[in-house]
Amino acid sequence: MNWVANNFGLIWGLTLDHIALAVPPIILGLIISIPLGWLANRYHASRGILLTVSGLLYTIPSLPLFIALPALLGTGILDPVNVVVGLTIYAVALMVRSVADALAAVDPGVTQAATAMGYSTWGRFWHVEFPLAGPVLLAGLRVVSVSTVSLVSIGSVIGVSSLGYLFLNGLQRNIVAEVASGIVATLVIAVVFDIILVLAGRLLMPWNRADPKVNARARERAVVGAVTAGGA
Amino acid sequence: MDLFLQGIAWIFDPANSAGPGGIPQRLAEQLAYTFGAVAIGAVIAVPIGLLIGHTGRGRDVAVSLSGGLRALPSLGLLIIFALGIGIGFKAPLLTFVILAIPPVLAGAYAGVEAVDKRTVDAARAMGMTEWQVLTKVELPLGLPLLIGGLRSGILQVVATATLAYFATGGALGVFINEGLKTRNYAELLGASIIVTVLALALEGIFALVQRLVVPRGVAAGRVTDVRARSTRPRTVVGNSIREGK
Repeated sequence: MNWVANNFGLIWGLTLDHIALAVPPIILGLIISIPLGWLANRYHASRGILLTVSGLLYTIPSLPLFIALPALLGTGILDPVNVVVGLTIYAVALMVRSVADALAAVDPGVTQAATAMGYSTWGRFWHVEFPLAGPVLLAGLRVVSVSTVSLVSIGSVIGVSSLGYLFLNGLQRNIVAEVASGIVATLVIAVVFDIILVLAGRLLMPWNRADPKVNARARERAVVGAVTAGGA
Repeated sequence: MDLFLQGIAWIFDPANSAGPGGIPQRLAEQLAYTFGAVAIGAVIAVPIGLLIGHTGRGRDVAVSLSGGLRALPSLGLLIIFALGIGIGFKAPLLTFVILAIPPVLAGAYAGVEAVDKRTVDAARAMGMTEWQVLTKVELPLGLPLLIGGLRSGILQVVATATLAYFATGGALGVFINEGLKTRNYAELLGASIIVTVLALALEGIFALVQRLVVPRGVAAGRVTDVRARSTRPRTVVGNSIREGK
């Protein structure tokens, strides 16, 4: 505990670095995967292609990806952009399936009713299908958030500053408290992100509060699906 | 692209394949970690997953555990084990077992859970014991999802086994470490390509296995499913307008 008290400034600084690396991939992953997920849900052929490609992207191990990206992007190997791009790829790979499944779980009767009321395809998507898919989508996003936060530390192996620094430095200097504080700080970030996502979900999707059981099964399936979706 | 060619050239350089510490040995270590950790993880997680799926008890725990364990940074876990129980292969193996448990548990649980409850009831009505219901009905029907869990466990471990060198536990990460230290990009990319190809190959093999373990009856049922839609013409109800066109 002494080590933690003496180095609180270091831990706090690295925590901020960690957060700065984790937030863009989560947000970008969501934004990019909405049109892709829509496309995957819309046509049978595009579903097969998109889900296969995203599955393969998710198969690429993270450390090799972080190393290969500078060669592909023309960035320096120490550039934090590599980590952000790599984690965004994983986020999209996971989220495309979540978005497609969430849209597929929307009751077809409701979409038919919306069409009958005169919604255009565009309007129906944004006003009916997307909001109703929200709770299942949120379940997928929570898994993306957790795994992104935990993967950021791999970036420190290639020299991008994050809480992973505490692991490597702790190993070199043989300080268990340093490594443990890195693990705890990572877990705290993951939990705080999760709480923010849940609260944002409550705020943005008040209809889900009325009957939270409705989508419980689909949400659970989204979590289990994402957990068994392969690894980085 | 030039860098990638250098990486590929590094892989096929005979100097890197011979003797102790060569590519074949590191590859074997990577595979040993992968299958060893998933096998141990399966021995622990499959029975628990089957039990949860069969009884329906502890579902919430299983779901939140398989999601929550993901938050543990594997690099930190590996290093804290290395500091605790010493360097070598034990610390990486322990880390990878912990990594493999959530997907295997989720797969086993989801597999049993997904079996049609009417089928289970029918099996009970025919006089099967609970053990028979589990082993003869739920397990075969849930096998594709169980294999899916193993597949994802294998993927996670084969990717993360690259970190074993931090505990001087060998595996392909040794080359990545060397390449990083000496700024040898050919070695870095070469080793990265091997790890990626290995992961993709295992993914392909397991996707195939997952398909093969679908019970014959289920596979046959899928075909008739397509034809289940009536082939007879539907009764025309109030279709006169369309007929008029």
